[in-house]
Amino acid sequence: MTGLLILVFYVALFLGSLFILSAIRRARGRTRDFTSLKTVTFGDESAVRPDRAASVISVLVIFLIWGAFTGSKLVPIHVPGPFLGDSQFTYTLEAPDGRRDDATVYTRVFRVGTEVTPREVAPGDGFAKDDTVEVGAWRSKLILMDRNDEVTRKDGARVVAIDGQPISVGGQVRAGNGIVRLTDKGALDYAPAKGLQMEPIWMPAPEAVFGQLIKIAGEGYQNFTLWQHLGWSLLRVLAGFVAGSVVGIPLGYAMGLSGWFRGWFDPIVEFMRPVPPLALIPLVIIWFGIWETGKIVLLFLAALWIMTIAARAGVSGVNITKIHAAYSLGASRWQIMRHVIIPNSLPEIFTGARVAMGVCWGTVVAAELVAAQKGAGMMIIAASKFQLTDIVIMGIILIGIIGYGIDILMRIAERVLVPWKGKS
Amino acid sequence: MSGLSIRNVSMRFELPGGGHVQALKDVSLDLKTGELLSVLGPSGCGKTTLLNIVAGFLAPTEGRIELNGHPVTGPDAERGMVFQKGALFEWMSVRENVSFGPRMKGQRPADYRATVDHLLDVVGLQDFKEKAIYELSGGMQQRVALARCLANDPDVILMDEPLGALDALTREKMQSLVLKLWKETGKTIILITHSVEEALLLGERLLVMAPRPGRIHREYALPFADLGVGQDLREVKKHPEFATRREEILGMIWDMEEEIMGRAEGAA
Ligand SMILES: Nc1ncnc2c1ncn2[C@@H]1O[C@H](COP(=O)(O)OP(=O)(O)OP(=O)(O)O)[C@@H](O)[C@H]1O
Ligand SMILES: [Mg+2]
Repeated sequence: MTGLLILVFYVALFLGSLFILSAIRRARGRTRDFTSLKTVTFGDESAVRPDRAASVISVLVIFLIWGAFTGSKLVPIHVPGPFLGDSQFTYTLEAPDGRRDDATVYTRVFRVGTEVTPREVAPGDGFAKDDTVEVGAWRSKLILMDRNDEVTRKDGARVVAIDGQPISVGGQVRAGNGIVRLTDKGALDYAPAKGLQMEPIWMPAPEAVFGQLIKIAGEGYQNFTLWQHLGWSLLRVLAGFVAGSVVGIPLGYAMGLSGWFRGWFDPIVEFMRPVPPLALIPLVIIWFGIWETGKIVLLFLAALWIMTIAARAGVSGVNITKIHAAYSLGASRWQIMRHVIIPNSLPEIFTGARVAMGVCWGTVVAAELVAAQKGAGMMIIAASKFQLTDIVIMGIILIGIIGYGIDILMRIAERVLVPWKGKS
Repeated sequence: MSGLSIRNVSMRFELPGGGHVQALKDVSLDLKTGELLSVLGPSGCGKTTLLNIVAGFLAPTEGRIELNGHPVTGPDAERGMVFQKGALFEWMSVRENVSFGPRMKGQRPADYRATVDHLLDVVGLQDFKEKAIYELSGGMQQRVALARCLANDPDVILMDEPLGALDALTREKMQSLVLKLWKETGKTIILITHSVEEALLLGERLLVMAPRPGRIHREYALPFADLGVGQDLREVKKHPEFATRREEILGMIWDMEEEIMGRAEGAA
């Protein structure tokens, strides 16, 4: 229900901002750059450039919806939240001899995790006495209303109406800012209105996640500081990636240069390539244990095949005229390797390295979910055991940001180190 | 014996599915040191194959090549090659490309700097020497390729359609440059081209090849290369003999192409 509503909101905001923004732009007058002069734009890929305003609005919309559905203080508008505070409803008890009496249930709905004081009420007159009940928001509570009544269910009494609306066993009515249900055994089950907002255990508000980030950045989590958790994950990725490259790149070169090597390793590489690293976790744990060695071996395997294939492609991709030119300029085999084959393969190797880093980062988090004492993945799995959803979400956001950051760094390195990529 | 000698060279490519292509059959040719030979012929007549054999990238199935008395068995710095395109090293600057040969021989910058600078001057790229290859136009790239080959000081320069990818104007400038460099350096040059005019303008000798099997069809001795040195090439083209020769050779190549087409139709 809430999910569907979020989708509707999201689509509405997508279309709404598109409409408003194009209206604003049209009012401002069109820009006269080259692309705007093209008459054929549909299907011309070069005419499609990401609309940066759309990117900004997209991120804002995510926070807006997140805040609106979690009751965030950072967001001005909210969907209705759960009912909080005091309410009441009456129930009508019918004794076996047909006498009826009304009593009131005074309810108090509080946020789980905050202090609550019970309501003080007089029992009232008649054979049915008034009750009090405290319920956490989004929860429900079974009310044994006849506990204090003079005629109880054991005596044959039963509830026949709530707030004057008749009710039978298994039925329910709206009352007391929520729903009251008559259970099979004749007791009352009270669930205050939940509203449309999500419970923090489902989805905490943005400020709760941010607060956890500040707190964990200061105090650490599970015996390690935040930087140690993230640093260890990064260190494992780096160790696995470096090991995979140190073995994979020479292997790829050998496969690109020698038929024997290619023949020997082709079946192995082609077989291992489609096996996702996550599928290797059980075997790696059995062979190398669950601690550091196992993780680095896993990341090594994740990077190895990617780097091997990238290096092999880099060598195979060298234009034969370049090799011929180098030979007729008097270069030796070693010089051709050093000055032609290796530089020529660098763009491919960089592409492979970017893919490998991405795969390694994903794999390390997954491996830490399985077993670890520190690491980004360990943080979220530990937090999930205590249902600390805010830490889980904080961890996911950090993992995403770091993965994105790694890719940006690799792209910068690529631009600096292989400026000729894609330009020949 | 000084010069390049091609002795009864045949080349037969065995095809994977059985059968074969006779790319060259019994080609013999002698070039004296300092001669400029241009080679013309319809597509597929084995020009590139011949050049690859002389360069040492391919071993002929029969016959042999000798340069200054010793046999050619593989690529060597004594035989430089200028390719149509794609042979420059994008990861090096213009200067690093031109100095590649000397550097591979282990020369120090002090040894080759003067040569490289002089050659960059000659090809007019002094201002671009620190530029990356991908920042240059096609014509500039071909000048780098030429300078790179010359910096290595080969005895023979082999060119496979080096100007084929250039526009008419750049091409004409490059033709003058080739003539000038040929006269100045006295190198032996084999130049493959598809342009009859270019072959006439640049070749001291002109070889017309015929296909299936690839062989030498006719050879001409030409006066235009000597005329063209230090002169506007368009003036040379106005020469009455130039026009007669051009028509004659064009007609010959047309006939060959038609014969190929006819044979293909007959086979179909
Ligand atoms: N590696 C090879 N394997 C099989 N056949 C080949 C191979 N290389 C060339 N040939 C054949 O040899 C013949 C001559 O080829 P070559 O490339 O020398 O022709 P060309 O005269 O340079 O043609 P163009 O003017 O189009 O460059 C062609 O029929 C070609 O199909
Ligand atoms: Mg050719």
